[in-house]
Amino acid sequence: MNQGIVFKLNGQPVSYTGSAADRLLDVLRQTYRLTGVKCGCNEGECGACSVLIDGHLANSCMVAMGRVENCEVTTIEGYSQTERFQVLEQAYAAVSAVQCGYCIPGMILASECVLARHPHPSETEIRLGLSGNLCRCTGYNAIVKAIQIAAEKGEGLW
Amino acid sequence: MMPISQSVIKKDHLAKACGQAMYVADYDTTQMLQGLILRSPHAHAKILSMTYPPLPEGYFTVDYRDVPGINEVHIVKDDTPVYADATVEYIGDPIMMLVGPDERELERLLAQIEVNYELLPAIIDVRDGDTAFFDYHFGKGDMDQAWAEADQIFEECFETGYQEQAYLEPQGLIADYNQGKITVRGSMQCPYYVHGALAKALGLTPDKVRVIQDVTGGGFGGKEDYPSILACQVAVAAYKAKGQPVRVIFGRREDMEFTSKRHPSRCTYKAAVKNGRVTALDADVIFNAGAYTTLSAVVLQRGIIAASGVYDIPALKVHGAAIKTNTVPNGAYRGFGAPQTFFAVEMLMEHIANALDEEPLAFKLRHMVRQGSVTSTGGRYHFPVPLPAMVDEVRKMSDFEQKRQVYARQQTGTTRRGIGISLWFHGAGFTGSGERDIIKAVTRLHKLADGRVEILASQSDIGQGIKTTLCKIVANELNLPLDQVSYDNPDTDRVPDSGPTVASRSLMTVGELLRRAAIRLRSQWQEGVEQTVEEHFKEPDFVIPFYIDKFQGDAYPTYAWGVCAVEVAVDTLTGVNEITGTWASFDVGTPIDLNIVIGQMEGGLLQGLGYASMEQLAADQKGRIRNHSFSDYIIPTAMDVPLMKVQLHVEAYPDGPYGAKGAGELPLVGAAPAYMSALEQALAGPINHIPFSAEDALKLIRQSRRA
Ligand code: FES
Ligand code: FES
Repeated sequence: MNQGIVFKLNGQPVSYTGSAADRLLDVLRQTYRLTGVKCGCNEGECGACSVLIDGHLANSCMVAMGRVENCEVTTIEGYSQTERFQVLEQAYAAVSAVQCGYCIPGMILASECVLARHPHPSETEIRLGLSGNLCRCTGYNAIVKAIQIAAEKGEGLW
Repeated sequence: MMPISQSVIKKDHLAKACGQAMYVADYDTTQMLQGLILRSPHAHAKILSMTYPPLPEGYFTVDYRDVPGINEVHIVKDDTPVYADATVEYIGDPIMMLVGPDERELERLLAQIEVNYELLPAIIDVRDGDTAFFDYHFGKGDMDQAWAEADQIFEECFETGYQEQAYLEPQGLIADYNQGKITVRGSMQCPYYVHGALAKALGLTPDKVRVIQDVTGGGFGGKEDYPSILACQVAVAAYKAKGQPVRVIFGRREDMEFTSKRHPSRCTYKAAVKNGRVTALDADVIFNAGAYTTLSAVVLQRGIIAASGVYDIPALKVHGAAIKTNTVPNGAYRGFGAPQTFFAVEMLMEHIANALDEEPLAFKLRHMVRQGSVTSTGGRYHFPVPLPAMVDEVRKMSDFEQKRQVYARQQTGTTRRGIGISLWFHGAGFTGSGERDIIKAVTRLHKLADGRVEILASQSDIGQGIKTTLCKIVANELNLPLDQVSYDNPDTDRVPDSGPTVASRSLMTVGELLRRAAIRLRSQWQEGVEQTVEEHFKEPDFVIPFYIDKFQGDAYPTYAWGVCAVEVAVDTLTGVNEITGTWASFDVGTPIDLNIVIGQMEGGLLQGLGYASMEQLAADQKGRIRNHSFSDYIIPTAMDVPLMKVQLHVEAYPDGPYGAKGAGELPLVGAAPAYMSALEQALAGPINHIPFSAEDALKLIRQSRRA
């Protein structure tokens, strides 16, 4: 019996019965209605569809469902329940780093990855960590600043 | 800093940060039909016939024959058809829409539609164009005398390319026709523009049309007129679907290839110089309009009004033309025609200074307008021009003099450096009398019995923070905590027409109306009852009336000002350059929220730097735009300009709320010439076109080696 593709989605075990070739982005948005995951290009160039797969940043538009079998997938909906999110969100708020917001769920997950790798990141490490996520609104300075603030305020969390 | 400038947490911050904000693509689609547009593969052709394949149950076609009203999209002139009828005028011209429940099936069916065309000659290169959609002339002073007396005449042609807005959220709308009323919602800057267009195309009275803006993922002008076109197309489909909503969400490629962009330009400038001073300027400004007029008239107007830049040149002759080509129609993009002419005039001033062996900045400063100077259109700079102070600020921040001198010495080695500076303005608000004669903005404040106040206006928050800043203004006047004042995404059934979200006007113009409304509400405030106050736009008394037929008068009540320095390092082996720093000072009057304004300035500046270099987009000989994805239309990432320092210089504007004036567009407008001036210093050669690529740099290096 096919019990589908089993994986953890935002902490909950789920089983996806569609095709293994379906794209994670579409499945997250349509099947699981997790619309915080945005589509900006559908070809792996913008980062709006970023999710965490086993803690690594991934463009969900470039991931086939078969690939997430037994993995842990975290979207902004799940991540926003964490304490780390709160620190990041408040840091983003403090510098008004959110403009149109379309890149932001992806940016916040990219920020998480920067801090997970470098709890005390240099500016270059931050910029490198964000370089796969396009933002057309902010010019990036505010987002960089927000990560610096989060690193400081979230001391010990990462 | 005024207390109002103190930053707050943006009203829409949390919903966006945690992914709960609903953009148009986020609504549940189970009850919706999807639409897919069939577009012309030819730049110019007559449609001879169309054959539709047999369609499965639930699928249907929509073309010009289904348009219940007039097959024209109301923009400025109404030559854009909702769906092409007789001819197609550019690659991508929409012919029909296929509608049905399943997107893949739609794609399959769309490929089976047969259209027979008779090919017609197409004009792709603007230099071959023979139709001027708009043709304007104006000037001042005695050109003949200046020419006769000149010591030297300079002539040069400057070219700029396309620029794609590249908002991260592609265009998308949902239309629903129910009980004789059409509702369109989605991503847009100007709900009432869409409203007007729908009434005409559907042949409905205004009360039968409802437009709702959803959270919008960026606009930058790209969602000024384009949503009117898409709205008509989707609405006609919904009209035919009878009761089932129809949704169209563009993919990135469709969006990049077929929606409006910044007009490419060719500016031929001639300058007369006497005793080291520019005495006359003859500017011939050609914009490539594309296949339909859309917003070209107004874009061109703003462009040519800025033809002489921030310089006081006694004699001026300006000609501007928007030329039809069989390419995608160009429209609004942050700066609206001004980045093109500022590039031309700033580079021209650099080149004249170089030829006269004077430091360009000093040369520019000698020519600068000041308070009381006459504008290009015979209006006045009514308020202080803070450029000299801003130049000093930027000089200091960037260590300009020192670097400029060091880099001026003969450079050796593979890395060459340069630094450049540019000066500019942006006319605040609509050009000319548009605000007074056409827009006639109306706003309302609605106070609930419990004392909360709602703002009723049609401004769209597209990321610029207008939800927050408008609420701040009203809360401030009413002495209310910010959470007691709300502003929802505009819904034309609920809000009056306070005008479009364009031209850096929202905060300055609508913000001031709301400030006045709040003052009135405060004076009439009654506890425990519901109250409404309304405020109408009135032109400030000092404004010299503007006549567009003559280009005479105050084109703008006031101006925002910008100064920017850019420093580069060029690798002479690859031609690749790196921006090692950029420093800018901007005067947008009083910031209504410091963080928000700084965010606007930084974001706009980065777009301006992208415009000058990496953002390369071109139509090929057939008129097709091939680089239509983020892998070949490159916009700046977080790595590209790591050092960007922006500061504000505040010259308060008495008729803006607390002294605020237009902000959003300013930072983009003059960034390119500073960057190119820096490259000129590094490469020791002249630059007269953007985008300037690594190949261009290599060419220039070879040339200057030879010379
Ligand atoms: S949508 Fe996946 S990278 Fe752009
Ligand atoms: S906030 Fe708009 S794209 Fe980043």
